[in-house]
Amino acid sequence: MPEPSQASGAKADTVARTLLVALFVSLLCSSLVASAAILLKPRQVENAIVEMRRNILEVAGLWAPDAEVDALFESIEPRVVDLETGAYADDMDPESYDPVEAAKDPTQSVEIPSGIDVAKLGRRAKHARLYLVRRDGELSKIILPISGYGLWSTLYGFLALEADGNTVSDITFYAHGETPGLGDFIVKPAWRELWRGKRAFDDSGALELRVVKGRVSADDPLADYHVDGVSGATLTGNGVSNIIEYWLGDHGYGRFLDKIRTGGGS
Amino acid sequence: MSTATKRALLRPIVDDNPVTLHVLGICSALAVTTSLLPSLYMCVALTVVAALSNAAVSAIRHILPSSIRIIVQMTIIASLVIVVDESLKAFAFETSRELSVFVGLIITNCIVLGRTESFASKNPVGLSFLDGIGNGLGYSTILILVATARELLGAGTLLGYTIFPNAADGGWYKPNGMMLLPPSAFFVIGLIIWAVRTWKAEQVEKPDFRIHEVHRTEAL
Repeated sequence: MPEPSQASGAKADTVARTLLVALFVSLLCSSLVASAAILLKPRQVENAIVEMRRNILEVAGLWAPDAEVDALFESIEPRVVDLETGAYADDMDPESYDPVEAAKDPTQSVEIPSGIDVAKLGRRAKHARLYLVRRDGELSKIILPISGYGLWSTLYGFLALEADGNTVSDITFYAHGETPGLGDFIVKPAWRELWRGKRAFDDSGALELRVVKGRVSADDPLADYHVDGVSGATLTGNGVSNIIEYWLGDHGYGRFLDKIRTGGGS
Repeated sequence: MSTATKRALLRPIVDDNPVTLHVLGICSALAVTTSLLPSLYMCVALTVVAALSNAAVSAIRHILPSSIRIIVQMTIIASLVIVVDESLKAFAFETSRELSVFVGLIITNCIVLGRTESFASKNPVGLSFLDGIGNGLGYSTILILVATARELLGAGTLLGYTIFPNAADGGWYKPNGMMLLPPSAFFVIGLIIWAVRTWKAEQVEKPDFRIHEVHRTEAL
C-alpha cells in the first residue's frame, strides 16, 4: 500500500472524496485531450491532404522526393464522374467536392446492394473524384480512388490504369490498419511491382484481375490478370480482390471505364 | 546534485534499467527498432509520458483514495499518451505513420504504470519527474542500442544515411534481412542483458528452480 492513506488518514477513502477525485481527474484529463485534439486538428488535416496528394503522384509515377508536393500536383487533373452513367459531371467543382463526406450524406450517396457489396462499404457517393494524368495533352493515366474492407480495417488507396482503361500501372494504399509485418505487404514496393502490366478485363470485357492465394503458377491461363498473394495474410489479399471486384465492376467505375475503352472518354 | 536526485535520474540507466533488469517494455522494443529514427521518436514519447505522468500522480498523491488509484493513474497516462500521439500526427507525420499503434500502446507499457505506482505515489513531484526522465532514458538507451544494431546490420544505414554501401548498389555489404524481423530484437536485447549482467554480476537473479540430478532409472 502506498503512503497517501497515511497522510490524510481514513478520510481519503470516503465515498464522497473518491467520487470527487474521480470527477476532478476525469474533467482535467478530458479537457486536456479535447484541447489537444482541437488545436492540432488543422495541422493533421493538412498533413493528410499532402499525404493523399503524395500518394496520387506516386501512383502516377510523377513523385520526386525532393520536389514540393503542391507544385507537382499542378500537373494532375481532378475530374468528377457520375458513376451511374459513367460520364464526367463537369458541373461539379472537383476541388471542393468531398467524396468522403458525400458518401455519408443520404442525398448524395446510394446504398450498395448487399449482393454486390463485396468490399463491405455500405454506401458510396453518387459521384467519384478521380485524377487524370496527361502527357503532351494525351491522356496517359487514370487514377481511381478505391476503398474497402481488408481483414481488420478499411483500406484506402488508388489504382492507376493506363490510358486504355485496362492495363494496371500501379496500386497504392495510403491508409490501412492491417497487421504490421503481415497484412501490410499491400504497401510494399515489391508487391506493388507485381501489379505493373497486369490487365483488368479480358477480351470479352469480364473482370479477371484479382489477388490469388500463394504464387501465380506459370501455367495459370489467367496469369496476366492474377497477382501473388502472401501466405499468412490471405484475408488481406482477399480484401484487395474484393475492392477491385467492386470498384472495377458496374456499380463502381465499370461504366466509366467502358467509355474509356470504347474511346468515349477524353 | 543531491544523492536522491542523482539516484532517481541516473540509476535507471544501467543499475536499475527497466528493460535489462526488470525486462519491461519489451513489446515496443521489438516493434519499433527496425530503424533508428522511429526509435528516437518512441524514446522521446515514452520519456515525456513517463516524466509527466509521474509528476501528475505525485502531485495528487495525498488526495488520491487508494481504492481508485490504479484507474486514476491509467487515466492520466492514457490522456498524456493521446496528447503525445496527436502531436506526433501533427508535427512528425511520416514517423507517426511508421510507429502506427505503438505510440498508443505506451498506455500499456509497464514501465510507465510501474513507476507511477511504485515511485510517484510515494515521492515528491520534482523527484518523481526526474525518476520518469531517468526511466525514459534507461528505456531509450536500450532502444537506441537495439535500433542501431538492427538498422546498421539489417540495412547498412543509420538514420537513412548509408554507412555500409549495399552490395545491390555496387558496395560490399550484403544486408542481413533477419535483423529487420522482430525475433532479431529478442537476440539483440538478450545479448545486451547478458553483457550488462556479466559487467554487473549483482543483477543476476537467483534461479527459481534448480534442476536436480537425474538418475538413469528416473529418466527411463
